[in-house]
Amino acid sequence: MGNYFLDNQDIQFLFDHIDLKALARLQEDRADNGDADYVPADEDDAVDNYRRVLEIVGQVAADTLAPNAPIVDREGNTLNEDGTVTLHPLVQENLRRLTQADMMGFTLPRKYGGLNCPNLIYTMANEIVSRADCSFMNLFGLQGIAETINAFADAQIKDHILPQFCQGKVTGAMVLTEPDAGSDLQSVRLRAYQDASGQWYLNGVKRFITNGCGEVLLVLARSEEDIADGRGLSLFYAERSDRVKVRHLEEKLGIHGSPTCELVFEDLPAKLVGERQRGLITYVMALMNGARVGIAAQSLGVAEAAFRLARVYAHTRHQFGGPIERLPAVAEMVTDMQIHLEAARALAYETSRVCDHENNNLRILENGLSRDKDEEKQRKQAARLWKRTNGMLTPMSKYYCSEMACTVANQAIQVLGGSGYMKDYAAERYLRDARITTIYEGTSQLQIVAAIRGVASGAFESYVADFEKVEYADPLLMSLQQKLVEAKGGILETIQFVKGRSAAYLDLSGRRLVDAAIVVIIGHLLLGQGAVNDRKKRVARRFIETHLPVVRMNLDQVQSGDMSALEEYELLAGPVPREG
Amino acid sequence: MPYHSIVCVKQVPDTANITTEAMKEDGTVNRAALPAIFNPEDLNALETALEVRDQFGGTVTAVSMGPPKAADVLRDCLYRGADRAILVTDRRAAASDTLATSYILSQAIRTIGRFDFVFCGRQAIDGDTAQVGPQTAEKLGLPQVTYLEELVGLDGDLVRVRRNVGNGWELIEARLPVLITVLGTANKPRPPAARRVMRFKRARTEAEVAAMVQEAMPSASPAERDAEVRRRTEQLKQAGLLIEQWNLDDIHADLDRCGLAGSPTKVFRVQSIVLTKQGYTDIPPTEDGVRRLIHELVVDHTLG
Repeated sequence: MGNYFLDNQDIQFLFDHIDLKALARLQEDRADNGDADYVPADEDDAVDNYRRVLEIVGQVAADTLAPNAPIVDREGNTLNEDGTVTLHPLVQENLRRLTQADMMGFTLPRKYGGLNCPNLIYTMANEIVSRADCSFMNLFGLQGIAETINAFADAQIKDHILPQFCQGKVTGAMVLTEPDAGSDLQSVRLRAYQDASGQWYLNGVKRFITNGCGEVLLVLARSEEDIADGRGLSLFYAERSDRVKVRHLEEKLGIHGSPTCELVFEDLPAKLVGERQRGLITYVMALMNGARVGIAAQSLGVAEAAFRLARVYAHTRHQFGGPIERLPAVAEMVTDMQIHLEAARALAYETSRVCDHENNNLRILENGLSRDKDEEKQRKQAARLWKRTNGMLTPMSKYYCSEMACTVANQAIQVLGGSGYMKDYAAERYLRDARITTIYEGTSQLQIVAAIRGVASGAFESYVADFEKVEYADPLLMSLQQKLVEAKGGILETIQFVKGRSAAYLDLSGRRLVDAAIVVIIGHLLLGQGAVNDRKKRVARRFIETHLPVVRMNLDQVQSGDMSALEEYELLAGPVPREG
Repeated sequence: MPYHSIVCVKQVPDTANITTEAMKEDGTVNRAALPAIFNPEDLNALETALEVRDQFGGTVTAVSMGPPKAADVLRDCLYRGADRAILVTDRRAAASDTLATSYILSQAIRTIGRFDFVFCGRQAIDGDTAQVGPQTAEKLGLPQVTYLEELVGLDGDLVRVRRNVGNGWELIEARLPVLITVLGTANKPRPPAARRVMRFKRARTEAEVAAMVQEAMPSASPAERDAEVRRRTEQLKQAGLLIEQWNLDDIHADLDRCGLAGSPTKVFRVQSIVLTKQGYTDIPPTEDGVRRLIHELVVDHTLG
């Protein structure tokens, strides 16, 4: 009888450290409760509910999901001849348990049977689920589809399907990628057309669709034949029928429990979500932003699992007359894994917190719930600010957490040595599962393209300015804060240097600048944690002191102006190898 | 056809997580040092009842006999889906052995009235007697099926049960109403349901309400406090949040059969066994070595 929430010191620390009452206030403000009989009395009551919800998730994760995970990984799901998919019986059991626990409408309004939890609590839950089974988080974490329906679809669709999500009767898929439209979604070709009565139909092929065998499909399709770019795309709601078939179930390196489908649409009836032509530019962008925070949470979970395995192994495995954690090289690996993980968690949870501000502000704006013109005006201004901050933090989190997960899972194998390479331990599964996180929902390289805009356009500077105003009494924290201020200065200077050069050079420097900015942001977040917790103070010190030299290195490289990777590509990359 | 089930549940000290403070000097259980938990096999009994209700409809009523604190396990029953929760609590029931306990439970079950099933966990981890279920069945004049591992079928008033008898299985048919005791291997208890937790975390017994009033109004007169308790209790009842609380009079119990008076069990001797290592014996891994080991274990009654 374990519990992945109650046994996790850092999640619990952050649960107490972050101002959840403020988030509860936002979340409950003008909430759509219908006639639900489980509405919290006040903010304290809401926060108490959040804790209880995470305790239940932690219990199901430890008692059900985790023991099922290795079996699901070995056996996977099954594609049937009629183009349907049968989920592994244990995946079905996982879904049944979480449905019994009322967890399938995590953030939806109570009116539909949801729990109305803030995004931050959902992020924590996603992390806990992913620690137990990274692949199952894809099914649990797809609740963003219901959220998107809630945010943009009409009342008829919402009243019909959202209660079914909450009751665990349906799961969904976001159906975006095509064989020739991966990172470049503007080139989506799947055709949407209307008959004389105005009914929409979908025709074409989609690929790499997570849970494409689900009952509810949110499909990005070309509704405007004559508009070739993203403005020709709309978002459609469709339900599973025999007019959409799973043609192929991908065989993947990891996340075997998550069915990745190739879908063939043959005149599948569909309904338009929101307005035409806003499919990619508004709705999918919103959907993807939420999903990216989800992948950050998934990354944290699998890294936590890998770290724990390595921590225990380093303590119990004896070589040279003692536990291997006494060997300096191992001690440093284990230390760095943990700090890397806590740094990533600080960033992801902060991002979720900012998402909650943005989402709730938009909810009140979009639903016309403002009390008067003044409030509406204020909210519109706030919306721009939150969007700007979030437009930087979300890709940063997705990028940083997923890269962290790969590093930590890789290091875990190194700590376990030969045993880590064998199937006897879960370490190899953690690495295989973690590997996808830097790729789907936008590769690391695309996250950097999104994040660098914020770093280079002032969002970074103004976001960090608030942290710089914090006054720490502790001399260590004060001096570390000063070092972060200096590092920020260096970053801004380097950005000026880059701006004097080509657009290609900004792209080339993106990773180094974003890496440097992330160190400064996480450094400030850890200082805030260190102000209330002595161990966290040491974590902040270790993180900042070991990362500032890396920041300097990155800035030095950018300031070198070296373009050889582009200018001398043919020479340096060498000739294209001939096949065969 | 819908079935109405009653589930007997008990709050027990968590004997799975024993520390050195688990026993008092006199050899009795130090309940204060052990966390109080839901008796594990009672959760399996509750799950069995909930599965019957999920499939056929009906109701599930949880009943517990114990001190006021046992309301915790009844709240847990509500979280997991029970429709109704009843706490039988009375100072006069203290020190009841299995005979008195089963009498009190049987009176409580009679008071509830209509039912098709009584489900109990096989045994509680604090006493390990496995007597209360069967004794309750006897007092109610019910057929009993112990050690359920699977409820195989249910048709009209006929239930078919696979029971695990240790060295094999028996398939038993019984007519309803029936009392069934459930094994830990029968099922995996469902988790608490979040929406029900958010709602029923406020569910209280009258005794808990009284304690809250005592704390909130320390200087009020007893009459004022009583009035406040009545007011709050009524409020909870209206909201469906009252855990019913019955005393021995409410269930028309014969007081001579309750508590110490109704408990013929006499503790003959309490042994305080302290396990310490006193040296060790090397057993060679040979036929003869194993033979000697077995012999030694038989002689000191570890085996056989």
